[in-house]
Amino acid sequence: MVALRRLARHTGARFGATVALTFALAALLAPWVAPYDPEAIALGANLQGPSGAHLFGTDSLGRDVLSRTIWGARISLTTGFVSVGLAMVGGVPLGALAAWRGGWPDRLVMRAVDVLLSFPTILLAIVVITIFGPGLGNAMLAIGVAQVPLYARLTRAVVLRVKAQPFVESARAAGAGEWRVLLRHALPNCLPPLLVQSTLMFATAILSAAYLGFLGLGAQPPTPEWGTMLAKARDFLRTAPHVSIFPGLTIMLTVLGLNLLGDGLRDVLDPQTAAGA
Amino acid sequence: MFAVVRVIPGDPARLLAGDFATEQIVDELRAKWRLNDPLPVQYAAYIGGLVRGDFGRSITTSTPILPELTERFLRTLELAVAGILVSIVIGGAAGIVSAVRRSSLIDYAATALALTGISTPIFWSGLLLILLFSVRLEWLPAGGSGTLRHLVLPALSLGLFGAGVLARQTRSGMLEVLGQDFVRTARAKGLPERVVVVKHALKNALIPVVTVLGDQFGRLLGGAILTETVFAWPGMGRYLIESISQRDYPAVQGAILVFAAVVVIINLLVDLSYGMLDPRVRAE
Repeated sequence: MVALRRLARHTGARFGATVALTFALAALLAPWVAPYDPEAIALGANLQGPSGAHLFGTDSLGRDVLSRTIWGARISLTTGFVSVGLAMVGGVPLGALAAWRGGWPDRLVMRAVDVLLSFPTILLAIVVITIFGPGLGNAMLAIGVAQVPLYARLTRAVVLRVKAQPFVESARAAGAGEWRVLLRHALPNCLPPLLVQSTLMFATAILSAAYLGFLGLGAQPPTPEWGTMLAKARDFLRTAPHVSIFPGLTIMLTVLGLNLLGDGLRDVLDPQTAAGA
Repeated sequence: MFAVVRVIPGDPARLLAGDFATEQIVDELRAKWRLNDPLPVQYAAYIGGLVRGDFGRSITTSTPILPELTERFLRTLELAVAGILVSIVIGGAAGIVSAVRRSSLIDYAATALALTGISTPIFWSGLLLILLFSVRLEWLPAGGSGTLRHLVLPALSLGLFGAGVLARQTRSGMLEVLGQDFVRTARAKGLPERVVVVKHALKNALIPVVTVLGDQFGRLLGGAILTETVFAWPGMGRYLIESISQRDYPAVQGAILVFAAVVVIINLLVDLSYGMLDPRVRAE
């Protein structure tokens, strides 16, 4: 509660939370708030500029850009949850194991993580896509896999910090088994930094999905994914810039909002990291 | 690095044949590209070729991959170096000014702009630059390469993408250093603030920044894949994407290999540069 109140006083976090909430609502309520069917084609009314009937205008097939952008939020929200979920499932146990055990498992995991982290995320995702083929589902998988090393490294650092604290020692002294100490005492105390990281990773996942979509490796047309929409819209940049501007602006605002929220959460929940960073 | 290459062979035969090929065509292709050999044999043959500088031939054009890739690599390098220069100039300056004028209006503005830069999709800023400078003002070409004029917009797009992270890192590095005793000593000696900032603080704030610069170069290489697509820049990123869409499997493998090699080399250079910047590291 104290944390929530402090978060509410944080200007950046307030803006970020508002954006994130709007984004989530748009995603959840897309069928009800979108004024048109996102895939309804109206060739007679294509590439119209913004107007009262179509606030964001229409695209090259006459589809309503606002409706497609709203439905796109649904896809991005799903991508965020699936990718970040996958990354956590893969990365958190690896990092926790490395920190808890130390020795060769630690060296092995961290060596692999260091190698993978030196590659740009988008390139790792592309490699995964090359193996499994393009598509929205595979894009989520690819982004998740590409984020695994980040979670492994963060979890390791956090678990190491927690492991050194007295309450872990006292749990052990009280006779708790090794697994119990790790799962019941150490890991719950690692949650705040992981939550902060997940908010930032959520933003990165949305951005990466848009990148893959733009490159034709993610969601395929006619799916109203933001990056996929921009890939098509750029052919009409000269005649109908609005088709490119609005989805791009939406991506930027969403990602900016999530980043601000993440920074705010870090200041409130995880002062140690905030001071170091 | 080799692990990456080894993972890629999913099912090359299916990739090669395409969706509409008959079994016979698939078999002929398999025989032609020696895909019936066991994987370890193929792998050995591929690595053997690499050692001799042979990346194999492109399946779509039947030309050797290495010369094409070298040409493409140089174009990407040109773009990435220009991009990193732009991000150093913009991001570095913003970070230094932010740190020196901490908690001023200019600091808040720079910090907000840096975060916006980090949050902006790189292809979108590219499209906006085209819209402004090519479509509206007609100052610069929207795509292609060859002259310096062609380089300006892609480099700016890529540089702005890198500037945000660099500004944040420079700011926090400078803040840390500015609070230290030797900076106070330098000020107490009566040195002008400019000398204190540039000669004393900046030099010591450089080490974390150089690490980021290495990461940045990697990030910019990733970003270049998108920038090259937006600006029709004939670099390695576009080559990779085109090869993937044409299922040109050896070309994809070669491109990823070169990307990986570049990343590894950059990390090595970053590690070496610590010694140059910080004598304490050299002593260890």
